[in-house]
Amino acid sequence: MASSTAPLKGEGSVTFNPVSALDYLPERKLRELQLARLQSIVARAYERVPLYKERMNKKGVEPKDIHSLSDVQLLPFTEKVDLRDTYPFGLFASPMREVVRLHASSGTTGKPIVVAYNQEDLRVWSSVMARSFAACGVDAGDIVQNAYGYGLFTGGLGAHYGAEAIGATVIPISGGNTDRQIMVMKDFGVTVICCTPSYFLHIMERAQELGIDLKSLPLRVGVFGAEPWTEQMRRHIQEHSGIRAYDIYGLSEIIGPGVGIECEEQAGLHIFEDHFLLEIVDPQTGEVLPDGEEGELVLTTLSKLAMPMIRYRTHDITAIIPEPCACGRTIRRIRRIGRRSDDMFIIRGVNVYPSQVEAALLQVEGTLPHYQIVLTREHGLDQMEVQVEVTPEVFSDKVGALEALHKKLSSAIEHTIGLHVKVRLVEPHSIKRSEGKAKRVIDQRDLTH
Amino acid sequence: MKTKQISVFLENRPGQLSIPCRALAEAGINILTLSLADTQQFGILRLIVKDWQKAVQVLKDAGCVLNVTDVIAIEVPDRPGGMATILEVLERAQLNIEYMYAFTFRRGDKAVVVFRFDELDKAIEVLQTNGINVVGSVELYDMYEN
Amino acid sequence: MPAAALENHVWDAHELLSREELQALQLKRLRECVERVSNVPFYKKAFAAAGVSAKQIRSLDDLRRLPFTTKQDLRENYPFGFLAVPREEIARIHGSSGTTGKPTIVAYTRHDLETWANLCARFLVAGGVRPGHLVHVAFGYGLFTGGFGLHAGIEKVGAAVIPAASGNTPRHIMLLHDLEPDVLVCTPSYALNIAEVAEQEGVDPRSFKLCLGHFGAEPWTEDMRREIETRLGILAFDNYGLSEVIGPGVSGECMYRCGMHIQEDHFLVECLDPETLEPVADGERGELVFTTLTKEAMPLIRYRTRDIASLNHAPCPCGRSGVRMSRVVGRTDDMLIIRGVNVFPSQIEEALLRVEGTAPQYVIEIDRPGTLDEAIVRVEIRPQDFSDKMSQMQALRERIQHEIASITGVRMHVELVDPMTLERSVGKAKRVIDHRKEKLQG
Repeated sequence: MASSTAPLKGEGSVTFNPVSALDYLPERKLRELQLARLQSIVARAYERVPLYKERMNKKGVEPKDIHSLSDVQLLPFTEKVDLRDTYPFGLFASPMREVVRLHASSGTTGKPIVVAYNQEDLRVWSSVMARSFAACGVDAGDIVQNAYGYGLFTGGLGAHYGAEAIGATVIPISGGNTDRQIMVMKDFGVTVICCTPSYFLHIMERAQELGIDLKSLPLRVGVFGAEPWTEQMRRHIQEHSGIRAYDIYGLSEIIGPGVGIECEEQAGLHIFEDHFLLEIVDPQTGEVLPDGEEGELVLTTLSKLAMPMIRYRTHDITAIIPEPCACGRTIRRIRRIGRRSDDMFIIRGVNVYPSQVEAALLQVEGTLPHYQIVLTREHGLDQMEVQVEVTPEVFSDKVGALEALHKKLSSAIEHTIGLHVKVRLVEPHSIKRSEGKAKRVIDQRDLTH
Repeated sequence: MKTKQISVFLENRPGQLSIPCRALAEAGINILTLSLADTQQFGILRLIVKDWQKAVQVLKDAGCVLNVTDVIAIEVPDRPGGMATILEVLERAQLNIEYMYAFTFRRGDKAVVVFRFDELDKAIEVLQTNGINVVGSVELYDMYEN
Repeated sequence: MPAAALENHVWDAHELLSREELQALQLKRLRECVERVSNVPFYKKAFAAAGVSAKQIRSLDDLRRLPFTTKQDLRENYPFGFLAVPREEIARIHGSSGTTGKPTIVAYTRHDLETWANLCARFLVAGGVRPGHLVHVAFGYGLFTGGFGLHAGIEKVGAAVIPAASGNTPRHIMLLHDLEPDVLVCTPSYALNIAEVAEQEGVDPRSFKLCLGHFGAEPWTEDMRREIETRLGILAFDNYGLSEVIGPGVSGECMYRCGMHIQEDHFLVECLDPETLEPVADGERGELVFTTLTKEAMPLIRYRTRDIASLNHAPCPCGRSGVRMSRVVGRTDDMLIIRGVNVFPSQIEEALLRVEGTAPQYVIEIDRPGTLDEAIVRVEIRPQDFSDKMSQMQALRERIQHEIASITGVRMHVELVDPMTLERSVGKAKRVIDHRKEKLQG
């Protein structure tokens, strides 16, 4: 709970919204609904997606073997690499004429992964996003400034349609241009902001420089996601901007934002279990862990038609919170995501794999030079610097030639990961080599404020 | 101890450098030393002359944008490691060198180098305490003429 | 050639109303519209000043008794002064470039959004888009209306959207190749840029599955259309719109591609001599003036677009009754369109003011060296801005660049130049040198 002495603007304002009804389904009803949906989605995946059929046949399991929710453990896992291997449309369970939207997110190489939605999937997505907004007290009278990036990234359009579904006024401002964000926030009387938590920190800093006191504005709720953050950061944001800051969770492979969100208790993220089946497994053995133990989050989509995901390994490390939440919701909670079981990192809300950077360097130089990625946070904004050793082969005494190499590296990386990052050419052997595997990512970001 | 330096803005176009140089030549002003810093976008010409007030007027009349800054000229022993010793002194005192360039002439076995610091007075003090000779402007012009 | 584009499909029966039916509907809607705006303070005052009231609108000709609305009026009533419904009924806010640092705000009710999607669906269908098509949208999303308008129209048609948004051309090429969309939506110059970059990368843009393109948000020519069609192997359609009126969807081409049908059941159009404000004859150039007949959140009466075009009331073989407008051939103000974004020179001035306190002399030079617009802002350096430190000079240049991008939304290259080198004309300084004009008109 917030620790500041003065009451926060949003505190105590969360009242029951009818769109949240499914959050309170009696436990037995919820499990029945989950089982019925699981059975039907497994059958759909088996019949329509060759990869699922093959894998299930190999394990000797058929859709009719699913008699209880725990039978999900009979099913094979799905990994990000499966999306890559079946790129672009191999995991689609709807024919193209029923698909109405494609989105994409970072793959582990130069190619993105593609996800599909049909009409019903978009409706479900809007509804889980509307329930997310309702859980943090956003309602029809609110003015929502959506500063998530719009486009292939699911964050922008996901939050947009959710806010529209709840009946709020939406300002689709998209990311960037902080001064304009602050101008709009002030001029339009914005009450809710959606963005990454680090970007909000940046907005706070900039507002202070401009002499604008966020506490004096009508802004009262922040819906922050797409990157990990901490309790300290929340306290900092709440105390210094006077808003209530909520953590939202999601990933494109499952649906986008709206897989789970915090309620007014701010004590873990409720997962919308009627649409997403939740397991925690040991990241090494894949064994399912008892409630309360920390492990990797594995999700199965229960209602997604165009692209069902069976036991998708998120690589996000968390734990189920077994105790019921004080808010009365029956859908269970997980702890905030603190770390990952792979080497993916998130910068300004974009997922990045070191292997993507490698693919770009290889493309330019032919061979892989020694490189290192350094992550820092300046004024709330994540900075990523790729340090690349200049090899004697590419070195030239002409400044122009080095500038050209620098430019080529920068644009290749930008095209691959979709973000502009700093590239620095460094002297040969200046990057520290450790025994065995080189340390590729140095994360110096301070996530406490 | 300080020497006046004139900096001139140069647009990045062919022939831009000749405008200030020709103006000074026509006024009979000799350039003691100069340095040119340039980027893709524009350049800055820095020069040291004896009669800097007159040079400023001449350049302004020629339509140049300029400013006058204080720099210091330092004697550097003209042997391996001569510069390194001075740089170490500056580094220890945490003095940040904005830029530097050398004179073409020398005094005995010493070269003369122009330094620009943000904290000019502190730099002079540090250098002198460490026995490094900062050349005054009068001395500098004399050196040139001899 | 895609067969679908050659079939005359009509999305909405309203497009085929007879002239009499259309005019009857227009009159009914005009009267409702005037009624609706009578409570907007701006119109209340303007109507009183013009001595006109809703009751006096008895025929479409009575439109001429109503006062005009200008962008300046929108600015003076920023942000919400033009709303004709309570703020709670606003579902969406978009914006477009203002003449200063503040954007021009437009608002939509839920019903307006529905209308907008339907209007975009009309021209998309007229231009061959069908359910089952996969449509690649390379327009920017956000406050700009281009992305969202087309996006909603495509969804309405029942086609699938790839919301690729703008920027990162190699990524667009990868997606066009890998995902095999049927239709491309972007600015015409960006379509050419995609073709060019693909060719440079050794990818034949004709090998994409693309068969149709819907292009807008900037002026283009028949020559450009031919070039786009040849290089991408598609049929290219033009559409027109502006945020203040609704966004894209004000008008669009049919399969005959001989002018854009204005959706007259929703927008009453006039083509006026910008000096005398008298109507010009069919085929003659004038300023387009629109009255939004159905908009709820922010109806506008006789909005002066500053766009110069001509009208053609002759019947079109496609059967649509909406009058056709020509391409926009010019502006009556100094607004520029750079990479699809509207830019006013006054915005550049604002940016320079923010950085330097007072605005120095400057000139904006725009060219299209390849397929993409490039803008250079040359700023005269003044003694008080000059420093002998390289880092400070670079910082100054970058600050100006940053402020310009922040205010206009367009990245422009800033060059610092010697004082008194920019051309000064008697009286007003020449602020804009647009080399594209010579090319577009030549």
